[in-house]
Amino acid sequence: MSVKVSGLYKVYGAQKAVNGISFEALPGRVLGFLGPNGAGKSTTMKILTGYLPQTAGNASVCGFDVNTHTLDAKKHIGYLPESNPLYPEMYVKEFLAFISDIHQIKNPKTRIQEVIQLTGLGPEQHKKIGQLSKGYKQRVGLAQAIIHDPQVLILDEPTSGLDPNQLIEIRKLIKDLGKTKTVILSTHIMQEVEAVCDDVIIINKGEIVAHYRLETLLQKYHTQNIEPIFVALTKEN
Amino acid sequence: MLTIFIKELNSYFSSLVAYITIVIFLTAMGLFLWIFPDTSILDYGYAGLDSLFNIAPYLFMFLIPAITMRSLAEEKKEGTFELLATKPLTDWQIVLGKYLAALALVIIAILPTVIYYYTVYHLGAVEGNVDAGAVIGSYIGLILLGAAYVAIGVFCSSITKNQIIAFAIAVFLSFFAFSGFDAISQLLALQKIDDVIINLGINHHYQAISRGVLDTRDLLYFLSLITVFLVLTKTILGGRKW
Repeated sequence: MSVKVSGLYKVYGAQKAVNGISFEALPGRVLGFLGPNGAGKSTTMKILTGYLPQTAGNASVCGFDVNTHTLDAKKHIGYLPESNPLYPEMYVKEFLAFISDIHQIKNPKTRIQEVIQLTGLGPEQHKKIGQLSKGYKQRVGLAQAIIHDPQVLILDEPTSGLDPNQLIEIRKLIKDLGKTKTVILSTHIMQEVEAVCDDVIIINKGEIVAHYRLETLLQKYHTQNIEPIFVALTKEN
Repeated sequence: MLTIFIKELNSYFSSLVAYITIVIFLTAMGLFLWIFPDTSILDYGYAGLDSLFNIAPYLFMFLIPAITMRSLAEEKKEGTFELLATKPLTDWQIVLGKYLAALALVIIAILPTVIYYYTVYHLGAVEGNVDAGAVIGSYIGLILLGAAYVAIGVFCSSITKNQIIAFAIAVFLSFFAFSGFDAISQLLALQKIDDVIINLGINHHYQAISRGVLDTRDLLYFLSLITVFLVLTKTILGGRKW
């Protein structure tokens, strides 16, 4: 079991951001994390990556509890945060070298070339990150997430800001990565879920309202698209 | 930790921060020691570096917060702290890497002033008539003082996202830690415990080391001061409340 979450709670003051969710994510499958803004998607991801402590419940990555074996868990995670924070004053390669240094990767030069190839950063690899367009910054974010070949990838809205061509490439990359790794990705684009994901979790107000395989979900609601399901499950009453 | 240390030091030297700090420090020192008559060694008439060690704490009070103000505040503002914190690094490695990088920059700025010692050594009426012990002690004191200011500065950078606020608070805290306690001890109401209060300030311990006597009490004072501020920094970062 690559990622296992059970009874996870996160309370900010009086507000419950995550209200007792449990789920598992398996290797070789891409799990889509859907929900309206403020539903608790990013919070869950931040807890999984060891950035925020949970209020109650357990989360483990590759068998390592994120609270008690934080460093071991973090070694197995590649994480692309929602805001895609990067150092604008660093060069693309310098930044990737810095990240591979943190992960203590052997032969960093060859690995950096590999991820530059994989993410299609080739033409922009000699620039400073601050000079890149949003789409290329997003690729740098993705490159730093996969550089240590992690078993678990957690991508918070990985395709925001990409143009349609880049969208297709990056989705293909995520799908390829999903063949061998556990991928959890959040998105607001329903077509993306249909194109990339194997499993779907819909989360609303901190609670899971649907968790199915993609095909099962579509069959259950007798529809070809996720959008009507999403709206039905998450609209305000 | 070494990775963070190298990255920070690189970013000091690839931006203008390092060069400007070093140039300002050395220019100001040069002016005070050789040009301005009030503090000039030449006018003073004695072969000693006392002016350097009397002025440096006040220069550092402004320069060191300028070096440290962005170290954590910017990571928090840009969200890159999330990037670091979700890598296999402990919070201590991040804090210490940043702390040591800023301290290294301060030491690099101090190093060229050794040339003044060489100059004064040759200026003595009898060549070499300098109190070498006091100078060595003073340098150790200055580095400890710098280390304390850096710890204060890094702490101030951790409590806010705004670099200007980090700078202002760091200047105030550094000033207060250096000479605030001396001033308070002069309050009439506190006459009975003025020794204790003076002991809390950096100045008392800095002066003691400057005399060339390296007392473990003074050393311990600086180490505790640094530890307290670094532990506070780590605690604030661990809270993730911003």
